[in-house]
Amino acid sequence: MSTTLTRATAAAGHPRHVPQPNTARRTRRPNWPAGIASVFWLVIVVVPIYWILITSFKTQANYFSTNPFVPPTEPTLDNYRLVIENDFVGYFVNSVIVALGTVVPAVLFSFMAAYAIVRAGNRSWFLRGTNWLFLMGLAIPLQATIIPVYLIIIRLRMYDTLLAIILPSIAFAIPLSVLVLANFIRDVPKELFESMRMDGATEWGTLWHLAFPLTRPALVTVTIYNGLSVWNGFLLPLILTQNPDRRTLPLALWTFQGQFSINVPAVLASVVLTTLPILVLYALGRRQLLSGLTAGFGK
Amino acid sequence: MTALAPPAPRRSPSATASGGRSGSVAWMAVPALAMFVAFGVIPLLGVLALSFAEWDGIGQIRPAGFESWRAVLTDPGLPHALWVTFLVMALSWLVQTPLSLLIGVFLAGRQRYREILAVIYFVPLLLSSAAIAITYKALLDPNFGLGAGLGIPLLTQDWLGRDALALGTVIFVVSWQFIPFHSLIYQGGVRQIPGTLFEAAEIDGAGRVRQFFNITLPQLKYTIITSSTLMVVGSLTFFDLIFVLTAGGPGDATRVLALDMYKRGFQANLMGPASAIAVILVLVGLALALLLRRLGGRDGGASQLEGA
Repeated sequence: MSTTLTRATAAAGHPRHVPQPNTARRTRRPNWPAGIASVFWLVIVVVPIYWILITSFKTQANYFSTNPFVPPTEPTLDNYRLVIENDFVGYFVNSVIVALGTVVPAVLFSFMAAYAIVRAGNRSWFLRGTNWLFLMGLAIPLQATIIPVYLIIIRLRMYDTLLAIILPSIAFAIPLSVLVLANFIRDVPKELFESMRMDGATEWGTLWHLAFPLTRPALVTVTIYNGLSVWNGFLLPLILTQNPDRRTLPLALWTFQGQFSINVPAVLASVVLTTLPILVLYALGRRQLLSGLTAGFGK
Repeated sequence: MTALAPPAPRRSPSATASGGRSGSVAWMAVPALAMFVAFGVIPLLGVLALSFAEWDGIGQIRPAGFESWRAVLTDPGLPHALWVTFLVMALSWLVQTPLSLLIGVFLAGRQRYREILAVIYFVPLLLSSAAIAITYKALLDPNFGLGAGLGIPLLTQDWLGRDALALGTVIFVVSWQFIPFHSLIYQGGVRQIPGTLFEAAEIDGAGRVRQFFNITLPQLKYTIITSSTLMVVGSLTFFDLIFVLTAGGPGDATRVLALDMYKRGFQANLMGPASAIAVILVLVGLALALLLRRLGGRDGGASQLEGA
């Protein structure tokens, strides 16, 4: 029903909706190969997720005896209880600290750098060089630098602290963040900068009062994107920490799996619990993230 | 990748006139630069230096000349790791690109149900590689996994226990994780194609298939290059997924370069050879990025970015 409605409006072709005419035409005939591929991949995506969810509520006995796609006959929360009793909260707090400690400075620094590069990148050799370095950073698999990072962290006496994860994570997040933010700041009409200058605003004031509000969508995108990769990061915590008290969620997940490998429902409950916060954020910021990502990479 | 083809700066006269002295903004780039130099550039130089040293990860670091390089370059493990890395890269590209393209074209339609599909497609990207690997390990277990539970012999293979199957499984799981992301990139690309092109083709009587090959694909050239670069360079860093899923096994069947580096460095405590592998990893990444940029064509930049 709603589909027909959308179709009708789309076909009517409001001239004001700029992107519409293209899609209005495309909806008239079904695109079979693309449709089939989409449905096929939808099934592939949904089946494991569905399986994770229902299995995490099964008892172990139930898991071995029932059809994997049938919901639990006697749903239980025991698996979740087991995960939470195994210090889940501590790992969760660690992950939150690492994520916030990384994302806030990374986005702030990247935003400032992107602003400087857009504003004066043509004239300053320093900013041109900085920009070039960041672009190189995108082409290089930064994981390859992990051994010297490990050495530096040891020398700074930060091994086995959360800061050891945070500092390299900030550095790794900067190149892409600067690129995406610079692309957005570049779209701010030059006249606005000019009039700010006429009003006697400093560059610092212009950054906050003009560029910041106008690039907010990009900032949200970059924040979510970086937050996601830090939250899910595995290599840095694996190499730079050791004490179970410093574990972040992905690492905890891995050790938990080693400990309880036979208890599949419990392992899957831990998968659900570690992903839950991200799912909540996704539900809140989805539109922002999806449109921001396509805009950031589509350019 | 977009990254390597920075947008041509728009030199409107007012832009160059405004802004005053560059010194007044340049300092704003300093915090980001300092962080990146400290934990990006210096380690990058450090890894080159360490490849000429001997270090067990704890004790003294001693210069060792070409020792590590000789060890690494004569080790049959290196060509094997390179080959496995190449296989993962090429096969996952081959699986992901056509599917992502088709799904991206489909998702570019603005019907409500397609938006809902896009929401679901994105979910795998929210899961950590560790979570995905753990899930598939349980799901594919020949004794207790999906196949056994459903009683389908075809699904009860020892997916992670046989060389070719394990490699195939890795490629499948990689695709499961990343096709959604690339579909979204293509969705954005398709939506930027001017509708008038399709209208003109329609008037000329071009069918959907011809429109796809003569308009959609050529218009998506840069999107394809962006997506391919991310896929190819990204595939060099599939560490966590493979580490948790197969740990490189069975045997060395899925031991990609990144995993080879980790195992030599942090399990065998041979930081010198591990650094040499890391240098190779960096060189491969750079070479691929430059190659793909070449493919993008010199005329690149301007025409593509005009609409952006």
